[in-house]
Amino acid sequence: MSDFLTRDPLDVAALLASVSTEGCGATTAFVGTVRRSADDGDVAGIEYSAYEAMAESEFGRIVGDALVQWPEARIALRHRVGYVATGEASVVIAVAAPHRLTAFHACRFVIEETKERAPVWKKEHFASGDAHWVEPARG
Amino acid sequence: MRIRLLVFASYADALGRGEVELDVAEGATVADCVAAVRALPGMGAVPPSPAVAVNRRYARPEQVVAAGDEVALIPPVAGG
Repeated sequence: MSDFLTRDPLDVAALLASVSTEGCGATTAFVGTVRRSADDGDVAGIEYSAYEAMAESEFGRIVGDALVQWPEARIALRHRVGYVATGEASVVIAVAAPHRLTAFHACRFVIEETKERAPVWKKEHFASGDAHWVEPARG
Repeated sequence: MRIRLLVFASYADALGRGEVELDVAEGATVADCVAAVRALPGMGAVPPSPAVAVNRRYARPEQVVAAGDEVALIPPVAGG
């Protein structure tokens, strides 16, 4: 589909393997998962949609911004679009670096920027059959 | 000039479709395009200053748009 978006289930191990090299002593992964929360009610799953052409570019810019700050990091990101059932991963960010501070910082930066910038939306689907767009809480 | 404007998620639901052609003046800005969209039926709930992308990059309200630009209204994002 693209470098960053996929309709397929996410493979965390494969993404970690894709960034690891002999020079990397530290590898981190952020995995975002669709959860069932008491506040939200009986969420069966989340339908993710994106402005796909822009998401490609924006994810590229986010990774680029991370590499400016942490040039020794190796970064992979995959975001699912389409229906993701409760318990399944919606986004994976894998970062490998020589040392752990870089790996932690770069990984966190990429997920925070993703949440702020990526043109991706989510619609919660309930067991009842209802669905509504999620407006994220900020701050 | 004609501008192709894309909408997504809740804005697309409100408009009833994912894109619309707008007629705007030469030299129109992003803000002018937003005003034109907000005047369409069902689009009154779009905020006065939503996030907007021009040619797949976030743009400021004062940015001038050109014929053939791809303009998109971006509802509050919820990725990650």
